[in-house]
Amino acid sequence: MIEKQTSKPPKWASKLLEWYCRPELLEDLQGDLHEYFDRNLASKGPGRAKLNFVLDVFKFIRPYTIRKLEILNNLTTIVMFKNYFKTSLRSIARNKLFSAINIIGLAISMSVCLLAISFIAELDSYDRFQKDSDRIYRVKNTYQFLQEDPSGFASTSILAGKLIQEQVPGIEASVIMRRGFSGDARLGEKVVPVSAIQASDDFFKVFSFELLRGNPETALSEPHSIILTDETAEKMFQGQDPMGQTFQIGTDETPYQVTGIVKKPPHHSHLQFQSLVSLITYEEQRKETPDETYWISWSNMWSNYVYLKLEEGNSQEDIEARLMPINDKQNEQSDRVKINISLQPLLSIVGGEDLSNQIGMSMGSEATWIIVALTFIVILSAGFNYTNLSIARSLRRAKEVGIRKVVGATRGQVFTQFIIEATIISLIALVFAYLLFFIIKPEFLNLEPEIQQMLLLENSPKILVFFLLFAASVGFLAGFFPAAFLSKLRAVSVLKDASSTKLFSKVNMRKVLIVTQFTLSLIFIISASIEFKQYKYSLAFDLGFNTENVLNVRLQGNDMDQMANAFSTIPEVSQISKSAMITSVGSRYGENIKYEDPTDSTTLYYNIIDENYLPLMENRFLAGTNFESRPLQEEEESIIVNEQVLKRFNIGTPLEAIDKYVQIGRGDGVRKLRIIGVVEDFQYATIQDGIESFGFRYQPDRLEILNLKITSTDLMATMDKLEAAWDELDQVHSFEASFYDERIQRAYAEHSIIFTIVGFLAFLTISIAALGLLGMGVYTAETRLKEISIRKVLGASEGSLVSLLARGFMWLLVISAAIAVPASYFLFDSVILATAVNKASIGFIELFAGVIIIFAIGFVTIGTQTWKAAKSNPAQTLRSE
Amino acid sequence: MKGTHLGEFQELVLLSIGVLYPEAYGVGIKEEIYAKTGRKVTLSTVHAALNRLEKKGLIKSELGEATKIRGGKRKRYLTITSYGIKMLSESRAQREQFWNAIPEIVFDVN
Repeated sequence: MIEKQTSKPPKWASKLLEWYCRPELLEDLQGDLHEYFDRNLASKGPGRAKLNFVLDVFKFIRPYTIRKLEILNNLTTIVMFKNYFKTSLRSIARNKLFSAINIIGLAISMSVCLLAISFIAELDSYDRFQKDSDRIYRVKNTYQFLQEDPSGFASTSILAGKLIQEQVPGIEASVIMRRGFSGDARLGEKVVPVSAIQASDDFFKVFSFELLRGNPETALSEPHSIILTDETAEKMFQGQDPMGQTFQIGTDETPYQVTGIVKKPPHHSHLQFQSLVSLITYEEQRKETPDETYWISWSNMWSNYVYLKLEEGNSQEDIEARLMPINDKQNEQSDRVKINISLQPLLSIVGGEDLSNQIGMSMGSEATWIIVALTFIVILSAGFNYTNLSIARSLRRAKEVGIRKVVGATRGQVFTQFIIEATIISLIALVFAYLLFFIIKPEFLNLEPEIQQMLLLENSPKILVFFLLFAASVGFLAGFFPAAFLSKLRAVSVLKDASSTKLFSKVNMRKVLIVTQFTLSLIFIISASIEFKQYKYSLAFDLGFNTENVLNVRLQGNDMDQMANAFSTIPEVSQISKSAMITSVGSRYGENIKYEDPTDSTTLYYNIIDENYLPLMENRFLAGTNFESRPLQEEEESIIVNEQVLKRFNIGTPLEAIDKYVQIGRGDGVRKLRIIGVVEDFQYATIQDGIESFGFRYQPDRLEILNLKITSTDLMATMDKLEAAWDELDQVHSFEASFYDERIQRAYAEHSIIFTIVGFLAFLTISIAALGLLGMGVYTAETRLKEISIRKVLGASEGSLVSLLARGFMWLLVISAAIAVPASYFLFDSVILATAVNKASIGFIELFAGVIIIFAIGFVTIGTQTWKAAKSNPAQTLRSE
Repeated sequence: MKGTHLGEFQELVLLSIGVLYPEAYGVGIKEEIYAKTGRKVTLSTVHAALNRLEKKGLIKSELGEATKIRGGKRKRYLTITSYGIKMLSESRAQREQFWNAIPEIVFDVN
């Protein structure tokens, strides 16, 4: 007996039989199989019995046992669609409040999703205009120093390109490129700044940029050849025939000749250029100094790019396998650095892996994933609303389902009906979402100049199809649960006594959904306020020097003294200094530094300044003196360092450090510099990073920026004067200046962008969640109206009734807060801000301001509804019974 | 003649139904055939034959009461129709004719 209980025929085989067998034969067959199974169990044991059962189930698959295809049923389904559609519309129209809540919530969240969809679709469309784009790959480098984490680079070495051309089979064409070519082109009187990508001669075999004039085979094969885009050509030659024209660029004595005109690269190309210069120009110049071979070494991988077009039938893996021997051979020669080349498909350059040293624009997959995740949360919230409200209302729809079933509707048909209703709601929401999409699109594009440059977010028919599919699937998913639940109801029990069915067994699930919604909203709102505080904190941070009213002007190759003189005649300019770069906004220069011990070195971050810089910026001296003005030609011999340098090398007190020597640079370029001054530590990097060794150096030939201290009450007028002074000296380049404080603001723009996005999403999710809460409040008040009236008749006060009804909801909010507050604290404290050295502390206000707002919103929505119910006259509501 | 012809296995099944009257059903028939002839047939073969016989109108079926033994499923009891009886006896008569026509000497030889 025990065996009999444990051994039953395999369930799946039974299910299979049920699935294929005709209903009229099913019962008998099942019975026979079962009986036979029991007999076998007794005589042959459970194993054989089960095997026989399964085999028999398969043997029963015969023409006469298999059900007829239910064409007839499908036909009715199509006919029924009209009915579903009609009843859905009626139901939507009848429950105006619920429909409105759902449609508004879905529309708001969908508009954000539409933005995300067009964003991703646009990233995906990049570079697809290239012919055979799926066969074009870029060579990327993975750079690993000792045991540090390897980092990926979009750039590679010229050597890698050459080796691939010589040794790797299966490649149809390859091109080596180099970025960073720029200079002023001199066309007689006229000077036009030109920048170019240097490219080897097979450029047009790999890429399908349209060459309007010139020979694609030879246009880049001679030194000093230049191909202009039609736009650049028009700017330079205005109507003249540009082909064959020659002109000098920069300091290069040999003139460049125009050998072709190419159409300006389309917007959706990650590779953008004004002109192309033959790479052989660069190679010839390098070969003039034969001792210097660094340019073609394996480790010179910072500004060169190699693109390959594979022969058909070769996969990325095939080629990468052939690159392995090259990697191994090259890395043998270096024991500290490993550089491996591999391939990256052209089509995943813009939206794919985050690599350094990109040649053009790239969004990176991280940003994309964050956007997808955030929008998903928003749409999830709206979907929850639909599910929640539909289930809450199911008591009313239960009777309808019962009648439908009695009349003969199958479970599938009822399911379809509710899914269709959800899809219709979602499609209506799509219409509104589409309108909202046009409102938020420009806001999104204006968040950051980079986004604006990369994306157009234009509507194409393809995108519209995506939108429709998206809306339909949202409808399906949001409607799935209520539809599955309602279609499961049994006609008999629903019609006999609706309240006795297990409609309220889903109460717990509803609570979970509400808690999830509010937890997410809270996390959003808390994140937004923390980010906002970080942003304010960063801007107000005392950097250790004074950036107020300092205007930084880029020299752009002009003579600095001439320009400084011109500016100094303007009375509003009180002080002028010069520097090589702007510190504290993110970028920095680094060089090797050693003190007495030759084996102990570290990185010295530095800026190059003139003698006026430190007084202008009001850096505080601890010991020693400032630089003295010295002529250009003289050798560099002194340095001013910060306190960290003294600490790092144990040089002692600032006073002791004066006149000590440090060695800067590596190899042949080492210079011995005397410490003439020590400044107090100041924040030279962005404030997330700590302060390490920093020095000021004096190399007048490397200065690129004028720092002007402005004392003016009318900034606009002053700027105009400055620009006029600039234009007098330089007609080619336009005046580029920015206030130091603005630059710092831009450096921390990341915080403000996150704040804007997350704040906006917080607003959306809160609105959606509040709408959902409103719906639930209305529903509860409605269904419990009689109960309230009776309680009131028996003497309950209005206040106690409100608290009775609102208590449950407020509890849900408390639970959400209990989850969200620690979660967001952890998120920021241990993940997002974990590595930042200087950060604003996460205080009580940031954590709980959001909670209080949500509580207030929740209380108002629930409170008003319950108050209305509690105020109602019991005589009115009870009379009708 | 097509459709009225009674196959050998079908005849066996039909006879078993007669033997088991009034409680002939799938597994029972299978066991009966095994007991009488020693032939091991699968359930699906028996059911296929029953299906053909019912289509030809030789047998009819009705569902019985549910029992616990068969996982709560009802049995389908089969009985031979009068047309079935006629077919059986025709088939038997045909065979009798053949038997009677065999000369005595045939039996003697062996």
